[in-house]
Amino acid sequence: MPADRPRRVPSSHPLHLAVALDGAGWHPAAWREPRARPTELFTARYWSELVAEAERGLLDFVTIDDSLGLQSSRHTEPDGRTDQVRGRLDAVLVAARVAPLSRHVGLIPTAVVTHTEPFHISKAIATLDHVSTGRAGVQVRVSGRADEAAHFGRRTLPRPGVEEVTGPAGQGLLADLFEEAADYVEVVRRLWDSWEDDAEIRDIATGRFVDREKLHYIDFEGRRFSVKGPSITPRPPQGQPVVGALAHQSVPYRLVGRVADIGFVTPRDPEQARTIVAEIRAAQAAAGRAEQTVHVFADLAVFLDDSAATARARRARLDERAGGEFASDAEVFVGTPGDLADLLGEWRAAGLAGFRLRPGTLPHDLEQITRVLVPELHRRQAFRRGYEADTLRGLLGLPRPVSRYAAG
Amino acid sequence: MSRPAKQIHLAAHFPGVNNTTVWSDPEAGSHIDFSSFVHFARTAERARFDFLFLAEGLRLREQNGQIYDLDVVGRPDTFTVLAAIAAVTERLGLAGTINSTFNEPYEVARQFASLDHLSAGRAGWNVVTSWDAFTGENFRRGGFLPQERRYERARNFLRTTWKLFDSWHGDEIVADKETGVFLRDARPGAFRHADPDFDIVGQFNVPRSPQGRPIILQAGDSDEGREFAASSADAIFSRYDTLAAGQAFYSDVKGRLARYGRTPEQLVILPASTFVLADTDTEAQELAHEVRLRQVSGETAIRFLEQLWNRDLSGHDPDGPLPEIDPDPGENTVSRGRASVRMYRDPIATAREWRERAEAKKLSIRELIIEVTGRQTFVGAPETVAHGINDLVQADVSDGFILVPHLTPGGLDGFADRVVPLLQEWGVFRTDYQGETLRDHLGIGVDR
Repeated sequence: MPADRPRRVPSSHPLHLAVALDGAGWHPAAWREPRARPTELFTARYWSELVAEAERGLLDFVTIDDSLGLQSSRHTEPDGRTDQVRGRLDAVLVAARVAPLSRHVGLIPTAVVTHTEPFHISKAIATLDHVSTGRAGVQVRVSGRADEAAHFGRRTLPRPGVEEVTGPAGQGLLADLFEEAADYVEVVRRLWDSWEDDAEIRDIATGRFVDREKLHYIDFEGRRFSVKGPSITPRPPQGQPVVGALAHQSVPYRLVGRVADIGFVTPRDPEQARTIVAEIRAAQAAAGRAEQTVHVFADLAVFLDDSAATARARRARLDERAGGEFASDAEVFVGTPGDLADLLGEWRAAGLAGFRLRPGTLPHDLEQITRVLVPELHRRQAFRRGYEADTLRGLLGLPRPVSRYAAG
Repeated sequence: MSRPAKQIHLAAHFPGVNNTTVWSDPEAGSHIDFSSFVHFARTAERARFDFLFLAEGLRLREQNGQIYDLDVVGRPDTFTVLAAIAAVTERLGLAGTINSTFNEPYEVARQFASLDHLSAGRAGWNVVTSWDAFTGENFRRGGFLPQERRYERARNFLRTTWKLFDSWHGDEIVADKETGVFLRDARPGAFRHADPDFDIVGQFNVPRSPQGRPIILQAGDSDEGREFAASSADAIFSRYDTLAAGQAFYSDVKGRLARYGRTPEQLVILPASTFVLADTDTEAQELAHEVRLRQVSGETAIRFLEQLWNRDLSGHDPDGPLPEIDPDPGENTVSRGRASVRMYRDPIATAREWRERAEAKKLSIRELIIEVTGRQTFVGAPETVAHGINDLVQADVSDGFILVPHLTPGGLDGFADRVVPLLQEWGVFRTDYQGETLRDHLGIGVDR
């Protein structure tokens, strides 16, 4: 590749690219692949190597999946299967463990907001931002599963889960859970702002370590919880770490529009993508956030090889081992990295800021992204050739906000 | 016949959010930048300490209705920073305080099991209980727990997490690529638990971690606290680092273990202790006095007095005599979010003692507070400090110490460079780690 070719920075709308990491990859038989290391899924080395690979490919960020119950092929309850990966580590801690070993890539662990404390998650993500010097985010996840609720025993959800309750009753429950999620993010964000940037003064003359005028009670009162504040953790380097959410329908699109910086969505084609983006923009406007940047990323599950035939054969072999066709909420792409680059180009026109790719298998499909797709995008002058910012907000083109409590 | 010398256990307390930590020193660094944690942890590991320890408080302290601003304020999230420290150390144990009142067992068990996996077996948990509505204002349930039930909840919390830790046995994951069997068991991590605090059922989703369960640390000093430690803890922080009081505490707590079918070696007693090092004993004494003056400014002395008096004493001169008025014996409303105020069980009697002491020795408020708070345990040249530590351990005052330096992040450097080599030379402290896990370092068996 000619290194001296003039570097055309891809316009005002650079392509953003992320990967979603989970277990041995997103295909249920991924752990049986020759290069899979299924006995190392619970080690630090496994995760730090994956994140290093993502960073090698100059990706914006990785997400790390999580849940408060065992993985399942059913949406709502454990499935009792013994032929798929089960068990996972706390995603925030995985992100913290890999943070000191990486330098540029953003780290977005999933946090379930339904049963946990916004105060704890706020300081955990603020701390992740401190230990990664400004590369933290969080993907908030609502849990509607009755079995996860029973792990906490503090509320009862319909069995087996909210998603199985049809009609207005189901929509009502879902709306409740997402309303709570919106409150949760509001608390998390207020706590991040509850210390102004210059609250720590170390004023030897007066003996004061902090200027308490710059520490703020958040006084949040909601239907599910009230939180006083301030946070115990000083304001994170990014001010506001990045908040994302996966959304498949109108209720979660509204959450994205109201509180998120990134929405992960699952269109099947550019037309659907356009519709979803419009719905999120409307939700943003309704929430008074029309001026703010909310990036919409399309999720794609990917199986990548040098030839489309090889990729198809590999996916077929995986399906056969799994005992059924791979089903995904996201569109599944099977083919060459070059074909994928074509597709990304076409879909972007629908108003997408970027893509979150879900590697079908690890590390194979991740390496296809970082070592083949990214160079292909470089040939098309469509992706960064080096990290241009030190923080995740910087990579995403998001300004660093001042604290909402700072005196104007 | 004399017994062989006891091996000393040492832990390092990251300088805390209180007046022991001198932030006004020119060498004092950040309390939140990760680089401070890296420096401190690597020093502790270089010195072959058993573990690093982080305290926690879930609401910023207040006095007279305002956020307390004279001490260091602000800390990281315990789990998150320990997981990050695991990346920059290899053997050092990683212990932190996690509250059993404002958390739920399933989540805490996941976090400790995850930390234990990610650190290859180095996780430790200081279980604390709090009950105050003040802290509760930051959490979903508010101040829901009556004070008298806090140890019961802590015990139930701990028992519940143990059930979760033990719900995976360690042999479930087969991961046989040929046969396609990932799990031996279709319902791994199955559990059911019911007690007055927790009624939960389902499947735990973190496979068994290297230590099985994290090391349990405990700090309570009341009869209930000691009993809790004897039944449940692997290590206990005590406040007793003098000969007579330490020996009494040591034999009392170790004597409680048999009741739970445990041997004395299964509970390690570690008083939290401070130290001041210099080239000579005289220089160290002088430095120690300077440190005390920095730790207890005139204003800090008045605030301390207010915590006991439970009154606003801002009009008093720190260089003058103690107030003539007695403490308000009611519920402490002056100082909030500070566990230490509960130490004063009889404020009026304590105030009387302080007054008599101040009068007898002609002490001002500030001088008295310097005397009665935060005594420095080990002061001297390296040899003096090393002897002090070893003598107390060999005399069964403790099994070692949790050292609390007054400077961040370099407060442990001199100890690592000058005191530890002496202890190693005398054969009472390891020259290298003998095992991989924190459980190995503390010499405690895997299961109870």
